[in-house]
Amino acid sequence: MERTDYKQEINITEALMVRINELISHYPEDKRKSALLPVLHEVQDAHDNWLSIELQDKVAEILHIKPVEVYEVVSFYTMFNRRPIGKYMFEFCQTSPCCLRGVENLMDYTCEKLGVKVGEPTPDGMFEVRGVECLGACGYAPMMQLGDFYQEHLTPEKIDQLIVNCRDNKITLHDK
Amino acid sequence: MSQKILLDKINVPGIKTYEVYRREGGYASVEKALKTLTPDEVVEEVKTSGLRGRGGAGFPAGMKWSFIDKKSGKPRHLVCNADESEPGTFKDRFLMEYIPHLLIEGMITSSYALGANLSYIYIRGEYMWVYKILERAIAEAKNAGWLGKNILGSGYDLELYVQIGGGAYICGEETALIESLEGKRGNPRIKPPFPAVSGLWANPTVVNNVETIATVPWIVNNSGADYAKIGIGRSTGTKLISASGHIKNPGVYEIELGLSVHEFMNSDEYLGGMIDDRPLKAFVPGGSSVPVLPANLIYKTANNEDRLMSYESLSDGGFATGSMLGSGGFIVYNDTACIVRNTWNFSRFYHHESCGQCSPCREGTGWLEKVLHRIENGHGREEDIELLWSIQSRIEGNTICPLGDAAAWPVAAAIRHFKDEFEYHIRFPEKIKNRDHFVAEPFEKVKHLVTKLEV
Repeated sequence: MERTDYKQEINITEALMVRINELISHYPEDKRKSALLPVLHEVQDAHDNWLSIELQDKVAEILHIKPVEVYEVVSFYTMFNRRPIGKYMFEFCQTSPCCLRGVENLMDYTCEKLGVKVGEPTPDGMFEVRGVECLGACGYAPMMQLGDFYQEHLTPEKIDQLIVNCRDNKITLHDK
Repeated sequence: MSQKILLDKINVPGIKTYEVYRREGGYASVEKALKTLTPDEVVEEVKTSGLRGRGGAGFPAGMKWSFIDKKSGKPRHLVCNADESEPGTFKDRFLMEYIPHLLIEGMITSSYALGANLSYIYIRGEYMWVYKILERAIAEAKNAGWLGKNILGSGYDLELYVQIGGGAYICGEETALIESLEGKRGNPRIKPPFPAVSGLWANPTVVNNVETIATVPWIVNNSGADYAKIGIGRSTGTKLISASGHIKNPGVYEIELGLSVHEFMNSDEYLGGMIDDRPLKAFVPGGSSVPVLPANLIYKTANNEDRLMSYESLSDGGFATGSMLGSGGFIVYNDTACIVRNTWNFSRFYHHESCGQCSPCREGTGWLEKVLHRIENGHGREEDIELLWSIQSRIEGNTICPLGDAAAWPVAAAIRHFKDEFEYHIRFPEKIKNRDHFVAEPFEKVKHLVTKLEV
């Protein structure tokens, strides 16, 4: 059974609510539900990059839709996380064009360096390595997504530097 | 140098910003269309241009526009498909990231042609920073009076917004994209009704790829007839090609359709030849869905004619000896690449991305992945090649949307052209234990083992 008993502190700040209302205004008044994906991204970004059931219920309340309408969307799209994840999530593209440029060896290198397996956060919750499907950067392979940005033309040296920069709090995750 | 239509200004410093884009002649097509042309005249120009949908299917854009239902009186929408997710394809991202106002200008001119007053750009969730670039560019365009009420005093109103996706390849299929834009799971709809009649919120809707829409300003500024002069035959105009894999200069290129594959591959203006000058083994010209071709069918067709970068030439010979231009995702493989591994990788992708609605795709993509995985990992059986063929043939044509076909075609093509490589994996499992088995010993050097066994 998948664990679902993670706890999350919910905090819909005034600034977040302003942004949510702006997103809702992009659609006709009776189509609030259309704002669901953009709102989920904003809410997730503001909550350590994951969405508890309670937080999903809150989104349903804001958009005047049923909780299940949120659950079915959150579980369908890969970018929504339903459990706490590493603060710095290294999402390597592992589709063929990136493999031709050595991403598999680079993922092994990164996991070894961090002492983790793919999909398991480091014990301090700082890092996690994941393999994802094509990110649309095949010409700049090997590459990964880190927060809202892409890190491209990666090498072991660049990975080392990224890890240092994350530890030194020098990496911006979200472009707000 | 061939003619550039989309990327001619890409190296102008600051072209990302409104000021520079406008100074360089940007938004002229909006002025021309709103002040001097009727919506139907814009549609006619696009029809005359012969412009074909650049997302992959290659359907004539002007014809698609002419299907939009204007009689029902319902609000109409233009939706730009910026969900770019076809492995090997990264051209739309390049346009949006480096010249975002070109897409916005195209959206305004095209929305005017369709009579749409509320339009959207649906962008894949992973392109989060590009989403922000577009949002800021739209705000700039709105401030400058190109969006909103009564644009240029013409009486035409348009609101344009960007919608962000959540990480699902299937949302590149136009009806799944519309579902997603409505805040739902990306399950494709059964057609008909087509979006032109019942699309977003059941309103008449046209969905076009980024590159298609970004081409419209040039056509309006010049003419459809001028556009049709570029290119070759029914492949009019230019095409953005995303090039990746074992080549010297990967990246995004704008080519005139009709350029020879040989020149594109080898000239220094384009890909510059193979990395480390290793032998060319195979290529996929149009994104992971289209058939892979072996070296002997890349520069020449089966009829020994030069293979050209055009819809017709790349598909010459049908699937037996040809492929497709598709989205222009050009993936090149040298002799160290393993076709079995590549095919398994693509099958894993399609299995992961299947929405699960149709049984042949939901189950079939999983079986393909499983069987390919065991062959690639040294546990293949002689009958597995037949089995793969049988599974793919039962997916193709039996699903609501083209994802099923997209999953089946790469497997069929790999078996069609590289069957001996599958046999090698099955018969010599100890030789493929290492993930990089063909790096130390390319298949070309060991393929005689397979032949010998058959004698």
